[in-house]
Amino acid sequence: MTAAPATAAPTTVAPTVPLLATEDVCVDLDGQRVLDGATLTLRAGELLGLVGPNGAGKTTLLRAATARVPLASGRVEVAGRPLHALSPRALARLVAVVQQLPEAPTTMAVAELVLLGRTPHLRLLGRESARDYAAAGEAMRRAGCARFAGRALGTLSGGERRRAFVARALAQEPALLLLDEPTANLDPQAQGEIFALLRELAADGAGVLVVVHDLTLAAAYCDRIALLHSGRIVVAGAPEAVLTAEHVRRAYGDRVEVIRHPRSGAPLVVPAVLEDARG
Amino acid sequence: MIDVAEVQGSEPSVRAPEIAAGAYRRSRLAVLGPLALAAALLVLVLGFALTQGAAAIPPGTALALLVQRLPFVHLGVSAPDTWERIVIDVRLPRVLAAALVGGGLAFSGAAYQGVFRNPLAEPYLLGVAAGAAFGAAIAHVLPLPTGSYGFGWVPLCAFGGAAVAVLGAYLVARAGAAVSNATLILAGVAISAIFGSVTSFILLTGGQRAQPVFAFLFGSFNTASWERLLIGAPYVVLGALVVGAHGRILNVLQLDEEQAAQLGVDVTRTKLIVLAAASLVAATAVAIAGVIGFVGLIVPHAVRMLFGGDYRRLLPLTALLGASFLVLADVLSRSLLAPQEVPVGIVTALTGAPFFLYLLRARRVDGLR
Repeated sequence: MTAAPATAAPTTVAPTVPLLATEDVCVDLDGQRVLDGATLTLRAGELLGLVGPNGAGKTTLLRAATARVPLASGRVEVAGRPLHALSPRALARLVAVVQQLPEAPTTMAVAELVLLGRTPHLRLLGRESARDYAAAGEAMRRAGCARFAGRALGTLSGGERRRAFVARALAQEPALLLLDEPTANLDPQAQGEIFALLRELAADGAGVLVVVHDLTLAAAYCDRIALLHSGRIVVAGAPEAVLTAEHVRRAYGDRVEVIRHPRSGAPLVVPAVLEDARG
Repeated sequence: MIDVAEVQGSEPSVRAPEIAAGAYRRSRLAVLGPLALAAALLVLVLGFALTQGAAAIPPGTALALLVQRLPFVHLGVSAPDTWERIVIDVRLPRVLAAALVGGGLAFSGAAYQGVFRNPLAEPYLLGVAAGAAFGAAIAHVLPLPTGSYGFGWVPLCAFGGAAVAVLGAYLVARAGAAVSNATLILAGVAISAIFGSVTSFILLTGGQRAQPVFAFLFGSFNTASWERLLIGAPYVVLGALVVGAHGRILNVLQLDEEQAAQLGVDVTRTKLIVLAAASLVAATAVAIAGVIGFVGLIVPHAVRMLFGGDYRRLLPLTALLGASFLVLADVLSRSLLAPQEVPVGIVTALTGAPFFLYLLRARRVDGLR
């Protein structure tokens, strides 16, 4: 087979260099401080879950990592290079993003969408080569959307649509993959399948940063979890160390409770049993 | 219990290269076939249009008069000198101008739809045509140094008016990064009204110099000439080449701006370049033939329905079919009330406006991409 693994980094990054490093990143949006000194590191082969309450700045941190918002202060490095030293195309060959609600024409076929992921590898007048078709095909196979490659996006279920956009990101052959709530609005099985895919990609050497609201899901699959609260990373580390009752309550409030999985011992974040709750 | 065998069985064993081949590779015939057909159709339509006109010249003779102008062809047609002058100097430039303008308006419509991700964007509805007509009217009225360049200033002034109109509509409709589809078209309507009334004012006060402008308020190929054609064609070709070079990037822009940017596309710069080039094409079309609405709406949509939304195919097909469409519309405008002429803009509006209403009704404006 001629296709290289979809996750292979086209630019070789020394394993000791973090794929993503944000240092004291501050971002203001409409005069409001959204990120307030966020520091985060992600290495190759790592699946990192970014969690935190609504409005903590999770999406903004992803956008800061791809030069989509101006920094008030701090620095961001991708594969050891500061963001301003990378052209948009060079950055797009290193980092792929799956947004929360990406848009595309409903009549566009999955295969067409995925092939657009090759854009950073093509010049203005360039045509897709066999190599590009192979990379897109491999991306679809990995993301599990090969069997509906010819279908229009408007005909897909929520889970299938999510896979199509993940495949589009994989077709970029990025070293670093950023996903913003890829499991929102999916049923539990589909959520698990997406996370299993992310685990697989990390195992193949990609760095994966995933914003996720479901703390139990994050704890079950992620190597590390970073807890973002009021614009800063308050704690990062192994799920058991981060998702303690104390940390979770401080960030989220008193309506959540942490218990342990009866078999794996992993943290389970569940609704707290308060007086106004049933039973 | 879930039947494991059944679940596994639902995953067909397709390998990646086969998927790539099956899903993407269109055969050469499938790509070039429609283009060849559209080109052949245009040749037929051009030939047919040449045989139509007020002077009673037999169709065969009209075509023979043209064909024997080609090098190395000697048909020995004997016809009055006036017939030859009518075919070569009156009908031919008129028919070619209709093709250039029709192709240009349809092409620029497709480009505007691509940049704005708005199915209703086209030169007329965006106010671009009215802006260009205003610029052209100014060029006719002002004592510009015409000299040997003659008509040459008109497309440039029209381009100025078109650029102001499209930027105006864009800036009004823009809210943050998003551009509302409905607001864009409403802004275009308002800008059309402003430019239209100023142009009328110029016409009413401009006296003798403004006379030629009257004809093109409704769009007409009455004033078509070799001079206008030869001055206008390079602008149209230049603009079309610049837009055409961005065919694949226009496909990327059909995703939201955030995705396009994250795929390494400089969204703002690309949009400005394509808008400027599309406006040059549309403005030149208006400078040649006046305000002709809805060609940029009907033709790209018909092509999309037939051949899909890939801009690399859509743009050339739209240009060829737009050319055929307007040449036929012009034949109709000449023959409906012959020997009197109905402005061709009225013919296109009568076919295009109902189509516009259909688009509004059948597919929600903001959801339609």
